[in-house]
Amino acid sequence: MCGIVGLLVKTPALREKLGELMVPMLIGMTERGPDSAGLAVFGSPLAGNERKISVYSGLTEDGADFNWLGLGHALKEHLGVQVAVEPKGNHAILSFDVAPAIVKRWIAEHHPKLHILSTGRSIDLYKDIGTPAEVAARYGFAGLTGSHLVGHTRMATESAVTPDRAHPFTAGEDFCLVHNGSLSNPNGIRRMLEPRGIRFETDNDTEAACRFLEWRLREGDDLETALQKGFEELDGFFTFLMGTPDKLALIRDPFACKPAVVAETDDYVAIASEFRSLAHLPGVKHANVFEPAPEEMYVWNA
Amino acid sequence: MERLTFDLATTPLRELNTFLHKDINDGKARHVTVLNPDGAHNIAVGLDAPVEVEIVGHAGYYAGGMNKAASITITGSAGTGVAENMMSGKVHVKGFASNGAGASSHGGLLVIDGDAGLRCGISLKGGDIVVGGSVGSFSAFMAQAGRMVICGDAGDALGDSLYEAVLYVKGSVKSLGADAQYEPMSEADIAAVASLLDQAGLDHDPKAFKRIASKRSLYHWNADANQEY
Repeated sequence: MCGIVGLLVKTPALREKLGELMVPMLIGMTERGPDSAGLAVFGSPLAGNERKISVYSGLTEDGADFNWLGLGHALKEHLGVQVAVEPKGNHAILSFDVAPAIVKRWIAEHHPKLHILSTGRSIDLYKDIGTPAEVAARYGFAGLTGSHLVGHTRMATESAVTPDRAHPFTAGEDFCLVHNGSLSNPNGIRRMLEPRGIRFETDNDTEAACRFLEWRLREGDDLETALQKGFEELDGFFTFLMGTPDKLALIRDPFACKPAVVAETDDYVAIASEFRSLAHLPGVKHANVFEPAPEEMYVWNA
Repeated sequence: MERLTFDLATTPLRELNTFLHKDINDGKARHVTVLNPDGAHNIAVGLDAPVEVEIVGHAGYYAGGMNKAASITITGSAGTGVAENMMSGKVHVKGFASNGAGASSHGGLLVIDGDAGLRCGISLKGGDIVVGGSVGSFSAFMAQAGRMVICGDAGDALGDSLYEAVLYVKGSVKSLGADAQYEPMSEADIAAVASLLDQAGLDHDPKAFKRIASKRSLYHWNADANQEY
């Protein structure tokens, strides 16, 4: 079991309240996923060549005391890169305007226990072990702003409870995926992708789906075509919720084994595994509430 | 009739269910309104008193499950397993219902005004289900007894491995399951559909429905069938 939530605000004024509206959604899914939680939030993209990475230090010896500003200075000293650092305990967002691979390679060499959570122009990603309420408080989710987000509460069934196996998973830039369910052919997907140079960071089944879909997008598929190929290649039970800089997308397996419910108003589209995570949203009593059909694609534009 | 209101925004669900299980058994007729259900699970489950319960809003999993004697109305939608294993009485969902609606119901009537999700009426054991909208795939799988009236369409594998339950569908059926077959509508079938539609408060021509029942070829194992039924 797991819980998924998604929120896309249509009214620009609500972007300031994105996190505040979402926190009760995430906490509402605690019974479905008490062991880990996470979310990816999409905001206005950085300009030009600028990129940002979300980095997690919980696996280092220093944990939440990690010297993030020191990391920023070291990057400047060794790579000559100006890095803006936004630290938040065991998490930091680093922004710079060089190819992210250069920064990530340096980090991998000098701080191998730092975990890169996401890369892109729009995405910030947070995930950790703990109850959804603990994780939300740890990173101040209530204060997050942006146009849309995807979140997840985990009850692990197929791989260990560790921060890097929590959701959302990312691949490439500005793409993330959360999953409720279990895949039956993740190792087949891995064996198909690895010879193509795609590297995996965990043994988690969801990572296979995430890397498969991102690979299709990188090969030139639009989101709908990539999702169609997902239906053909990914076997098992799933409700997937995916985020890109301008879209939120949802699919369910043909047996609809894992739940999802959508509430849509003029102001927002909200998605959750169950209605109890949507009940607090403003105007939800008059929202269009529906259950997404199996094997259909639902794509909302930010 | 005494009218009571439980607001689940301020009252724990356990208090409501305790009242419906214990305190209500004094023979008095009552109407209970439940406000702000907000998708909570197990609202009004296992009721064995002839009480009227109105749930105003969206209910979570298993609402009205194991019902016996009560008449339960949900004005919004219902989550997974609404009226699961109902014994008697009535559950009426005015919105849509999620997967497994009325699963293994032994008796009573489940009415869903909107659509029902997948596996509606799975393993039905004698209850009646009337769906105003459409039903998802694998509905009435292994249904043993009882009747289903579907006013809209049905998904894949309707009535797969059906026993003696009878299905009536007005719209299109994406595919029938193994061992299910169309059969002619008799006068008794038309009367049964008319009666169920009337009890559900739905207005359709009973003659527009098709009857689906078991071919009974799966009743006995046939080693030569090569998994083809």
